[in-house]
Amino acid sequence: MVTDSRKHTPGPSRRLLKSLAGLTAGLAMSAFGVAQEVNTTGLAVTEDTVKVGILHSVTGTMAISETGSVQAEKLAIEQINASGGVLGRQIEYIQEDGASDWPTFAEKSRKLLRQDNVAAVFGCWTSASRKAVLPVFEQYNGMLYYPTFYEGLEQSPNVIYTGQEATQQILAGIDWVVDAKDAKTFYLLGSDYIWPRTSNKIARKHIDKLGLKVVGEEYYPLGHTQFNSVINKIKLRKPDVIFASVVGGSNVAFYKQLKAAGIDMTEESPLVLTISVTEDEILGIGGENVEGAYASMKYFQSLPNENNQAFVKAFKERWGDDIVIGDVTQAAYLGPWLWKAAVEKAGSFDVDKVREASPGIELTTAPEGYVKIHPNHHLWSKTRIGRAKVDGQYEIVYETDELIEPDPFPEGYQ
Amino acid sequence: MFSDYSSAELMSIFAMQGFAGLTLFSVFVLMALGLAIIFGQMGVINMAHGEFMILGAYITYLTSNLFSQWIPDWYGSYFFVAMALAFLAAALLGMLVEWLMIRHLYHRPLDTLLATWGLSLILQQSYRSIFGAREVGVTMPDWMMGSYPITDLVEVPINGLFVMCLSLGITLVVAALMYRSRWGIQVRAVVQNRPMAGAVGINTQKVDRMTFALGCGIAGIAGSAFTMIGSTGPTSGQLYIVDTFLVVVFGGAASLLGTVASAFTISQAQSTMEFFLSGSMAKVLTLLFVVGILMVRPQGLFSLKVRR
Repeated sequence: MVTDSRKHTPGPSRRLLKSLAGLTAGLAMSAFGVAQEVNTTGLAVTEDTVKVGILHSVTGTMAISETGSVQAEKLAIEQINASGGVLGRQIEYIQEDGASDWPTFAEKSRKLLRQDNVAAVFGCWTSASRKAVLPVFEQYNGMLYYPTFYEGLEQSPNVIYTGQEATQQILAGIDWVVDAKDAKTFYLLGSDYIWPRTSNKIARKHIDKLGLKVVGEEYYPLGHTQFNSVINKIKLRKPDVIFASVVGGSNVAFYKQLKAAGIDMTEESPLVLTISVTEDEILGIGGENVEGAYASMKYFQSLPNENNQAFVKAFKERWGDDIVIGDVTQAAYLGPWLWKAAVEKAGSFDVDKVREASPGIELTTAPEGYVKIHPNHHLWSKTRIGRAKVDGQYEIVYETDELIEPDPFPEGYQ
Repeated sequence: MFSDYSSAELMSIFAMQGFAGLTLFSVFVLMALGLAIIFGQMGVINMAHGEFMILGAYITYLTSNLFSQWIPDWYGSYFFVAMALAFLAAALLGMLVEWLMIRHLYHRPLDTLLATWGLSLILQQSYRSIFGAREVGVTMPDWMMGSYPITDLVEVPINGLFVMCLSLGITLVVAALMYRSRWGIQVRAVVQNRPMAGAVGINTQKVDRMTFALGCGIAGIAGSAFTMIGSTGPTSGQLYIVDTFLVVVFGGAASLLGTVASAFTISQAQSTMEFFLSGSMAKVLTLLFVVGILMVRPQGLFSLKVRR
């Protein structure tokens, strides 16, 4: 249900100005022999450059997570420029800092769309920041490429979601532990906000549907550092699987305390299946504390294919050898490439045309393998299960055979 | 809520939760001691307390890297060196801050709140520039990992025990310093009557500086210890600051004994409730309980008897 965006009908004076501007631009362009239909919507596009926005937190509590996304997006833009740009134009980016503050995100996105007239924005990380900028993007008809795996239950004509939505990540993960590890009982644990709660709701429905049992469900405030009580409960109820969606710094405390309490994840009793610990988080947790845990995601740095090897090499060359690449970083890298493909298919930077061209866009060069944009603006993708190793990397133990169709509004799971 | 468990299980639960509560208690004491000295004795509202802790954590991280790089054979003992360095670094920074900023604000306690809050932002940004925005992992020495099994269910984590011993030791040292040493007498004299203390020949400026440095140094040690159980990032200090003030205010600002008592009450209440209710609910009830007590006793659990 991709609805058409709200278009403003410009008043007579604006229309006149616009056509005048169009006329001069057109004259200038035809003098250089450049196709003039490219610049149609007052975006910041000249004969040889096009401006896009990067909008992430580089200060505040989310900076830890969003740094990787910024690096990935810049790398993609540099690579696109090196290979000739988009429609013959070099991409210039304007970076804004959302400062981990949702109103700031909204304000900065308004600035990028209204003042800088960027053709697309790559950005946001938390669901809260995405929800804050959504009305702005819909009002000014901008295009946002959003990289984080998230809870679903959303679809906007102005957003392309390059991370997985909840069903892709969770259902495949749970099916795997049930099939491969014969799991019967689950303990759901998460940080107390929308993403873990929605994810666990979907997980619980799915577990119920399979006829298995949830023996506990618990949420702790963001930033919580004392997990002794819940670990004691877990020991008492002896679940087969701890399904964890703890985020941020809390992860460090959780896994350190789990290990200290004598739960050795390499022995798999109970087994830990996380949907929130990427290679980035392991840097903080320490490989020795999380060794043996399983993660359900679409991308791991250790993925053995040529696309990924080239990507990892380029990323390390650009940003340093000791850097690690997690799921969201890869999804952020896809953004500029997907946008470029859509722009080239549309033959225009015009947001409406880019949107129309987007469904069906494929990327065979994606580090995660092959992805395709679904008409619901999410990506078809595979889900993989990785097992954390002591060196902080994941060993991939399973991947789905087929691409999983994104389903942001799963029936019966809402 | 008890009916889900057998009586043997309930015994284990209380044993386990009691121990979890004791660990939490030690953590609270470590966090709050430094603040109790600075806030309680000097009346300075130090919003940058969390950042002093994180300084200790980063020093521990650096020390652990240094040891694993240069003297891996001695890795098991790096933690003690790290704690000493953390204390020194935080205390020195504390002295500097006192000299540059705090000493000009002694008569304006609310301004210290703003100034130290600004300081906390500056420190956070410095950490981010130096160590990067990502969290850093501090590897624990092997002997600190794992736990002693007591029964099938009850296991005692070694790092929990270590934190307990540490906070016990530090509390005793601080108590001895405050109530058994000449310096402690000077501190208390300055707190109670600054002009009179100066008149009898106590160098009040020096006492102030040393007291502030001691409080910050203890925060550094706490941060060092917390690398075992929590995260180390530029903003991690913020996670602790609310709990820390809660403990100090509830205990009665000027009393060390009050700080210990309040840490014990809050941690045990929270730990027990966490098991039978959800984590967020336990927090809410704990806060309500503290607010309730403070309404009846605004000065906190323990207070100095001072003639007003």
